[in-house]
Amino acid sequence: MREFRYERADDPAAAVALLAAEPSGAFLGGGTNLVDLMKLGVATPDVLVDVRTLTSAEVTDLPDGGLRIGAAVPNADLAADRRVRERFPVLAQALLAGASGQLRNRATTGGNLLQRTRCTYFTDVTRPCNKREPGSGCGALEGVHRNHAILGQTLDGPGACIATHPSDMAVALVALDAVVQVLGPEGERAVPIAELHRLPGDDPSRDTTLRHGELISAIELPPLPFAARSRYRKARDRASFAFALVSVAAAVDVADGVVRDVRLALGGVAHRPWRATTAEEALRGRPATEESFAAAADAELAAATPLRDNGFKVPLARNLVVRTLLEVAR
Amino acid sequence: MDTEITLRVDGAARSLTVDTRTTLLDALRERLRNTSPKKGCDHGQCGACTVLLDGRRVNSCLVLAVTVGDAEVITSDGLATDDRPHPLHDSFVEHDGFQCGYCTPGQVCSAAGVLAEARAGWPSHVTEDLTAEGVTLTDAEIRERMSGNLCRCAAYANIVPAVAAVAEKEGVR
Ligand SMILES: Cc1cc2nc3c(=O)[nH]c(=O)nc-3n(C[C@H](O)[C@H](O)[C@H](O)COP(=O)(O)OP(=O)(O)OC[C@H]3O[C@@H](n4cnc5c(N)ncnc54)[C@H](O)[C@@H]3O)c2cc1C
Ligand code: SF4
Ligand code: FES
Ligand code: FES
Repeated sequence: MREFRYERADDPAAAVALLAAEPSGAFLGGGTNLVDLMKLGVATPDVLVDVRTLTSAEVTDLPDGGLRIGAAVPNADLAADRRVRERFPVLAQALLAGASGQLRNRATTGGNLLQRTRCTYFTDVTRPCNKREPGSGCGALEGVHRNHAILGQTLDGPGACIATHPSDMAVALVALDAVVQVLGPEGERAVPIAELHRLPGDDPSRDTTLRHGELISAIELPPLPFAARSRYRKARDRASFAFALVSVAAAVDVADGVVRDVRLALGGVAHRPWRATTAEEALRGRPATEESFAAAADAELAAATPLRDNGFKVPLARNLVVRTLLEVAR
Repeated sequence: MDTEITLRVDGAARSLTVDTRTTLLDALRERLRNTSPKKGCDHGQCGACTVLLDGRRVNSCLVLAVTVGDAEVITSDGLATDDRPHPLHDSFVEHDGFQCGYCTPGQVCSAAGVLAEARAGWPSHVTEDLTAEGVTLTDAEIRERMSGNLCRCAAYANIVPAVAAVAEKEGVR
């Protein structure tokens, strides 16, 4: 691990000012991803600014029925929060499907959103990777890419990247239209979560639209009464303690057998949590039947460009969408 | 970069100077000679380094020692009181819950965390009803909650009853 300076600040604004002055510095949350990447030589910050005890570690009620989640709330606490379990079960389930009890105790909400891809070429500094070292190529394209993306990838050129975003929590938050509160050198701004993570485009080295020095201070969940019947399902190689091959976050509002409203997001399929807007549109106003669910999933996945080894993700995603929707629409 | 820190470990405060790169695991093992937590993977994947930090189980290999501050660190060693083993220690022995014993201190700390989390009513990935009040540590619940601890000897078959027996005594099973 490269040497670094460790800094604490008195308040979030001071932390932002500290980091803004350090081009190769990073915020430190629980460290469960960043410290790991530093040990591997993938992340090499000169300075760490500790923010784990700086932002709020509380979940608070918003006047409209939504929730505000401080960036320092541990993943374990968020999953156990009664209001989350009752009003947004999809979020509790997504958190409980991720990592282990030990990791969830230490990992923070802010850090979880910004954790980096688990692509093994990205984490192996001896391999080419456009995300880690722009312009070096993408080892996964012709290599082992069973776990990689089927939607929204860049398949050639210096932007080539087929990595997936690893966070389970983020998939649920995208389905719930969460808003990320950000504090930067120029003050505060609110970023709808669908605009936080990027597709690789021509620069896979940038996972998000955040600028250097911007701190996540909280995440706001707008009220969504029908999310009380929501669900997260995750398909993986082991029953526990493994990242998603494909995951689905779904909430459905059904009245008289018809889909009035629906929220659907997929994980493990793209460079960012994938909001399934095509499927959502295909579903609104349609009967809540297995047939319409399958048609909607097919419409969403028509854009998929599976590679040599990850074609299985297309039917897997389709079946997982159908099963999850059937379950919440029951 | 060297920094002076004080760690409270198993009830005793110890001051030491560490490089900022030092993890809590390395500080415990290499500097304080507390070899109870073990180093398996060093990447959060095996659980051998599990300790309780302010009562919560964490992977000490991913915690930088400089971030610990005045939090209370308890290792499996410190779970014993007045030279009496912790009920989980006894139960692992009684149920033959280990072979080489390398993963055991981490398993025991993790199990102590599991019991506390169950007493607090925290759900897990296999909990059917997220809105239910209490938690019952069925075998399936114990397996899921202990899944961050890998045992290369594969003593799992006996670890589950070892944890279950203590859960029963504590009324969370
Ligand atoms: C073995 C293992 C298995 C795992 N399995 C899963 C899984 O199945 N599903 C899953 O979703 N995750 C999984 N994880 C990942 C885990 O969830 C993340 O490591 C964790 O959520 C990151 O949170 P943290 O607070 O530790 O972040 P850190 O490691 O501290 O930080 C991560 C990134 O976020 C930045 N950052 C942190 N806080 C802020 C902030 N407030 N504002 C701006 N930037 C910030 C840091 O600079 C860094 O770039 C696993 C991890 C391990 C080690
Ligand atoms: S898929 Fe992306 S992260 Fe993985 S090697 Fe290719 S460029 Fe790097
Ligand atoms: S040594 Fe820490 S989890 Fe393996
Ligand atoms: S008893 Fe040998 S590693 Fe678990």
